[in-house]
Amino acid sequence: MIRHRLVIIGGGSAGMAAAVKAYELGEKDILILEKNNYLGGILNQCIHNGFGLHEFKEELTGPEFMSRFSKQVNELGIKYRLNANVLSISKDKVVTYSSEEDGLVEVQADAIILTTGCYERNAGAIQIAGDRPVGVYTAGQAQLYLNCYGYLVGKKVFILGSGDIGLIMARRMTLEGAKVLGVAELMPYSAGLNRNIVQCLQDFNIPLYLSHTVKEVRGKNRVEKVIIAEVDEKMQFIPGTEMEFDCDTLLLSVGLIPNNDLFNSLGIKFSKTRGAVVNQDMETEIPGIFSAGNVLHVHDLVDYVVSEAREAAVGAVKYLNNSTKHAGFAYEIKQGFGIGYVVPQVLNIDDASEKVSFKFRVAKPFKDIVINIKEGERLLKKIIKPAIVPSEMEIVYLPKELFQKEDHTITVSVEERK
Amino acid sequence: MFDVIVVGAGCVGALTARKLSSYQLNVLVIEKENDVGNATSMANSAIVHSGYDPVPGTLKAKFNVLGNKMYPELCRDLDVHFEQIGSLTVALYDEQIPMLKELAERSKQNGVEVKLLSKEEVLEMEPNISPDVKGALLAPSAGIVNPFTLVVHAMENAVDHGVELHLNEEVKEIKSLQEGFEVITSKGKYQTKVLINCAGIYGDKIHSLIEPIDYNIRARKGQYFVLDHYAKGLVNHVIFPLPSEKGKGILVSPTTSGNYIVGPSSEWSDDKDLVSCDKPTLDNVRAQAQAMVPSIPFNQVIRIFAGNRPTPSTHDFVIGTAKQYPNFINASGIESPGLVSSPAIAEYIVETYVSKVLTLVKKDSWSGKVRPRVHLNELSESERNALIKKDHHFGRIICNCEKVTYGEILDELSRSVPPHSVKALKKRTRAGFGKCQGGFCQPLVIQILAEHYGVMFSDINYDKLGSEICKYSTKGEEK
Repeated sequence: MIRHRLVIIGGGSAGMAAAVKAYELGEKDILILEKNNYLGGILNQCIHNGFGLHEFKEELTGPEFMSRFSKQVNELGIKYRLNANVLSISKDKVVTYSSEEDGLVEVQADAIILTTGCYERNAGAIQIAGDRPVGVYTAGQAQLYLNCYGYLVGKKVFILGSGDIGLIMARRMTLEGAKVLGVAELMPYSAGLNRNIVQCLQDFNIPLYLSHTVKEVRGKNRVEKVIIAEVDEKMQFIPGTEMEFDCDTLLLSVGLIPNNDLFNSLGIKFSKTRGAVVNQDMETEIPGIFSAGNVLHVHDLVDYVVSEAREAAVGAVKYLNNSTKHAGFAYEIKQGFGIGYVVPQVLNIDDASEKVSFKFRVAKPFKDIVINIKEGERLLKKIIKPAIVPSEMEIVYLPKELFQKEDHTITVSVEERK
Repeated sequence: MFDVIVVGAGCVGALTARKLSSYQLNVLVIEKENDVGNATSMANSAIVHSGYDPVPGTLKAKFNVLGNKMYPELCRDLDVHFEQIGSLTVALYDEQIPMLKELAERSKQNGVEVKLLSKEEVLEMEPNISPDVKGALLAPSAGIVNPFTLVVHAMENAVDHGVELHLNEEVKEIKSLQEGFEVITSKGKYQTKVLINCAGIYGDKIHSLIEPIDYNIRARKGQYFVLDHYAKGLVNHVIFPLPSEKGKGILVSPTTSGNYIVGPSSEWSDDKDLVSCDKPTLDNVRAQAQAMVPSIPFNQVIRIFAGNRPTPSTHDFVIGTAKQYPNFINASGIESPGLVSSPAIAEYIVETYVSKVLTLVKKDSWSGKVRPRVHLNELSESERNALIKKDHHFGRIICNCEKVTYGEILDELSRSVPPHSVKALKKRTRAGFGKCQGGFCQPLVIQILAEHYGVMFSDINYDKLGSEICKYSTKGEEK
């Protein structure tokens, strides 16, 4: 059996960033397994700009951003296999992949980082009512066809969901000559970044219907009509608020789901993010198996994906050098009032680096609040926020010495200021 | 002149064509869809019923029981995934126990082996069934089948033995001739000695092209949920409620691909082609299923769909000859238990009716088996490696969710009933069937189809003609 100290599954931005970081930390025996015939993953189809403001202090397109990493991977001589589709991971860290060139291969790894990204929620998952015509696609699928294959999936488009890909596609399809009739969002607030609402909808006079969703799709062979309606606080349709749009396409931008297939057979716990439960090193319940990037939780910016992947690489190298104890004082990190999720869910404080990162999202928009991070009842950190929305992930770094090992529970919660 | 024209290539049409292909006959199958098995045969519960439920003495009871017995061999020959997992019809209230006993009696009359189970026995077999369960009727001969490949492989077997198949061709008119019929379609005219009407939900329409009829076939829609394959062991049998006049009720069952299926509803539809889903109906399906199996993980739903049952006003299958024409044979209105009945119906109509009009001479060369397919998940690592060494396409995974290889896709394309659309390929290989629903692999699938048929990327249909996915090129001239 082939052996590698560190096997990274997925050669997108997270996988490459983790590999480069691990290499820099001295771990040279790395293998990246990538299912496509190119590195960079989904960024290859994200030809719009806005990537890299944090990482490189400049605005790059997706392909530009990812090529900076693939260049490094190549320059450092980090090994990778393309067209290598991982079929399974075992608890004892045997990774099995299939490829045309190599056949079916088992690789014994000492540590694994899973960076397989996410997939889009689709029409099946959200159970859109109505006919079943062709012309209903996820926004990312339409983006792939448009940017990588040169085809428009339709000319009169309605978009359900105000996720960032949907917003980006509203602009992109308009620029290619399609008419985008509107965007409906189930929630009373947008799921996308504010800059995308402005630059992709408002600048092109595309209406955004908040608290609206698709009631019915009509069309026998192709989409002919999309009917939307307003919903109340209980997400029930309000009679009489229906609006009809004659269109040939319905794009869905209704969320991303971590692509955790390979973890399913390991019997590990998953968190509210639908990613694995991890500790401060992005390490799952199985020592030496790590997870980072969108497969762990869906990020708004690739810059954050990259920094999280590096945290996982630090953890993996530490593990490979037998410096992780997996013992000592452990905290369980909980989401309190108003918080959607927190990553990590476990903190082994004795294994932690000098700074511990907490990434979280609020469950709904708030104004004029305080976010409290508490160890038991003792306040560790108080963050004052005039406004906060679920579409923007918060990151807080806390110094290790702040933790007193008095109470095993750390809670992140929202406190509304009267 | 053809000896036989079969109208419709659903499970009944395909299995009839297969049966006919074993004789020295000149056979044409005409199908209006862009693939075989593309209507009722595609969108159903995929259950091989035991036959405990149909009223004794009906055609449904007769062919269900006969068909069930044919399935193990049929699926072995046609290389179709079939598992005889048994069914449990569960009583949730004490007052349903007498009904279970009545069903057991009916089963006996139909010649179906069943066993009444106590609450404890049910819960031991199926721990996820509601603790309210009072008892159940076990029918060990019930099974689950892959209905897509059943139809495709049956037709492939027929075509391999000389049957001609025309897709995307609709029968418009049928004229009676001195000897036989002239069939006028959207594409041409054909003459035939015998016509077999396997037009499913349109069976009444096809029959009425030759003589006035006194029955009709209405669409009775059923809506379903499909769950991903992560809830291993959710249920191990086909779980039915007690049947009512609306049918066998909402079932929960594993599928041959390891998914779970929940449904169907039952509502009349005036449009035979309409397969829309609606929320109130699906909510009701969900609630009824949860009454039997409370822990169904509905957050794992990857798809909803609807299919139409071809429900005849006669309350039984329409099987027999036209009043005025012994050479016009009907086998339509084959609603549930149609899938299980279809091989028995096919055999019956050929042996009973076709044999009266034509002399049936067996082909010496005939075999009911199709060229075996590669079953990658059944191979050991070394076998799989040997296969990849021989044909490297089996190493390349195209569909990530369902792990479908390029080799398997190429094999389907090389067969005698190859897929022409994305959906036809999906039905054969499961590429695009998983949780991402083709989000990642669909462009690759389109590329492979376009390359194989030597057409443009933009020419590839999702399903029917005119359902191109990438209709508009952003570069160069528009077509």
